[in-house]
Amino acid sequence: MNVKTEKISKPRKNALVMFIHKMGSPPWFYNFTGKFIPWFWAIFIVLTIWGLYLGLVKAPADYLQGESFRILYLHVPAAWMSLLIYSTMAVLSFIALVWRIRIVEILAMTSAPIGAAFTIVTLTAGSLWGRPTWGTYWVWDARLTSELVLLFLYLGVIGLYNSIDEPRKAARAACLLAMVGAVNLPIIHYSVKWWNTLHQGSSISLTGGSSIDPSMLWPLLIMAIATKFYYGANLLTRARVKLLEQDIRKAWVREVLKEKKG
Amino acid sequence: MSHTPFIIGAYSIGAVVLLWCAIAPLLRKKSITRDIRRLVQIEERSRDTNT
Repeated sequence: MNVKTEKISKPRKNALVMFIHKMGSPPWFYNFTGKFIPWFWAIFIVLTIWGLYLGLVKAPADYLQGESFRILYLHVPAAWMSLLIYSTMAVLSFIALVWRIRIVEILAMTSAPIGAAFTIVTLTAGSLWGRPTWGTYWVWDARLTSELVLLFLYLGVIGLYNSIDEPRKAARAACLLAMVGAVNLPIIHYSVKWWNTLHQGSSISLTGGSSIDPSMLWPLLIMAIATKFYYGANLLTRARVKLLEQDIRKAWVREVLKEKKG
Repeated sequence: MSHTPFIIGAYSIGAVVLLWCAIAPLLRKKSITRDIRRLVQIEERSRDTNT
């Protein structure tokens, strides 16, 4: 018998697959993501200070809107985040429902309060910009109304998740609602094209042809990047806390806390 | 009409909402950590009385 031919070659796992498998382990996820959070916060703070300095101090006043246009450095990145976070939540919800990965469920559910916060900021900042620009705080215009519906969807996901005692069942129900609610995203995006709205169309285009001056555009882009880091830091913090909460009786949680105390 | 109160109002509300959203999980973590430590103490005490 030839010994060499008896050897069974082990299937070599792809590095990415290995990484995804590791991320599925709560202690590994907790320790690994913990390293990034302080960096994300630091980058967010630096970019926010830089973006606000350029936007509030350096950028010239708008020839039509005057100084009130400076509210857009908060309103626009917050509005983008409200849509991006919902999209992320819907994709994570799909993954969670199909593959039943607990950490993905947690990431989807912990995205909801952050998305709701950005939607509240979008609506209040937009309203305060609308008063001097349009002469009113609120109109039942398609863009504003669909953004308000987005807030209700976020609140619905949070409410449903917290209303069921068993966390995995709760996550499945809320993930389903999050996926159904994704139908509102194209409505928000195209509302200014589909209907005749008071809210203006987009001034920035990824394919070129932005109608905004570069001196006003750069602070906006910096703030947009800053809010991504805010989301990253906040999401990971919330996911880690949720893991501690769910695994309160498990050995790894006690070990982690012992290490922290030591 | 001065735009300053609207700008200050918008940024203040934004700062409060986003700050609260960032602080809330940290407060929750503190309370969970306290609960876990209490649970460990209770378990250690009951183990001591059993032995």
